[in-house]
Amino acid sequence: MSTLLTATPGQTVGPFFGYALPFDRGSELVPPRSPGAIRLHGVVTDGAGSPVPDALLEIWQADADGNVPNASGALRRDGWTFTGWGRAATDDEGHYGFSTVLPGAMEGQAAPFILLTVFARGLLNRLFTRIYPPAGNLSADPLLASLPAERRRTLIATGQDDGLRFDVSLQGPTETVFLHYPGHRP
Amino acid sequence: MTTNSDRASTSQADVSAEIAAIESAYQRTGLEETQPRLDYAPYRSSVLRHPTKDAHHADPEGVELWSPCFGPRDVNPLESDLTIGHGGAPIGERTVVTGRVVDGDGRPVRGQLVEIWQANAAGRYIHQRDQHPAPIDPNFTGVGRCLTDDDGFYRFTTIKPGPYPWKNHRNAWRPAHIHFSLFGTEFTQRMITQMYFPGDPLFALDPIYQAITDQKARDRLVAGYDHDVTTHEWATGYRWDVVLTGAARTPFESQEDGASHR
Repeated sequence: MSTLLTATPGQTVGPFFGYALPFDRGSELVPPRSPGAIRLHGVVTDGAGSPVPDALLEIWQADADGNVPNASGALRRDGWTFTGWGRAATDDEGHYGFSTVLPGAMEGQAAPFILLTVFARGLLNRLFTRIYPPAGNLSADPLLASLPAERRRTLIATGQDDGLRFDVSLQGPTETVFLHYPGHRP
Repeated sequence: MTTNSDRASTSQADVSAEIAAIESAYQRTGLEETQPRLDYAPYRSSVLRHPTKDAHHADPEGVELWSPCFGPRDVNPLESDLTIGHGGAPIGERTVVTGRVVDGDGRPVRGQLVEIWQANAAGRYIHQRDQHPAPIDPNFTGVGRCLTDDDGFYRFTTIKPGPYPWKNHRNAWRPAHIHFSLFGTEFTQRMITQMYFPGDPLFALDPIYQAITDQKARDRLVAGYDHDVTTHEWATGYRWDVVLTGAARTPFESQEDGASHR
């Protein structure tokens, strides 16, 4: 890839995004408890294992049939349109939650995933990671195959009765694998 | 771990010395950095919140090659004017901030969401965690949104924010800034950053701004005063352009936007 221009630097989301970025039903990609809805939730922790109460998470994913959504309306949800994107802030216990659907596999894709972006006070730039539902053909996924087992585990959600659990560890022995894409520079 | 009492007793001089030591070590490496360091101890809150392992390389696939779509249903054009919608006019210097959002190849990012938030003219945020004794302005909330136009331009009318005290160390003040949230044509371009105003005397003292160790990179966050944006007897004007990381999808594929992607 030839890139002519140097990207603008990121900065921390800071402590005061709470009145600006979250929006009504932002975490509800589909209405909770609607047919096919799953709960995707977890806790964000820091290097001391303490919950991070001022993080902001965004997910972006294919629909249940493996199509990339191209409908607008995420900021003014009508309850019917699947836009594939959602935003949730953590609560005072570092917990976040979305209601969504399991993403279908896209063409040629062994293991579907949900893309996750993490912002927080104290985090100087955004972090990207993937949430793999455990039902996918995980052993055929090239990214997972490129990781040692103990690191790979951090990208695989745990199946629960109502959906998926995915914890984010910013630092420490169970630190989540965060991703670097071509075009991203230090 | 840094305790609150440590923080309260750390002086600006101590923090400035830490900043200077990191910058001179950076200059000796000769390797250009373009983004903030995640591990930057002068910003105390980063100490336990930065990953210690290098980011793992991923070849973008599937949804990573696309971005969510936003449209007129999501954003009302009035949301780009932060000075309206209240009982009266807010206090402070009315200012227009405008610029262009492009990808790493210089292609405009069209019809995409830009969100901003900021303190008022006195440096106060409308947030329960901001309790420092500066006045709240009943006519200013400090939140705006818009969609970029066909050439990638955004434009906001707002009030110039004031500097803001925080508790990183004793007598710590943030340079005046506006928070910007940006999307590209691919979700791997997603970013949140802060735009600053030129000539701010707090730049050298601020561990968040200085977490970008390279001066050229820091300068990319500073808007330019633009008298062509300034309007007669109404508002001052600033110009700030944004470059997102390079897009992996080819222009040919981009032309398929609007079709259902599979």
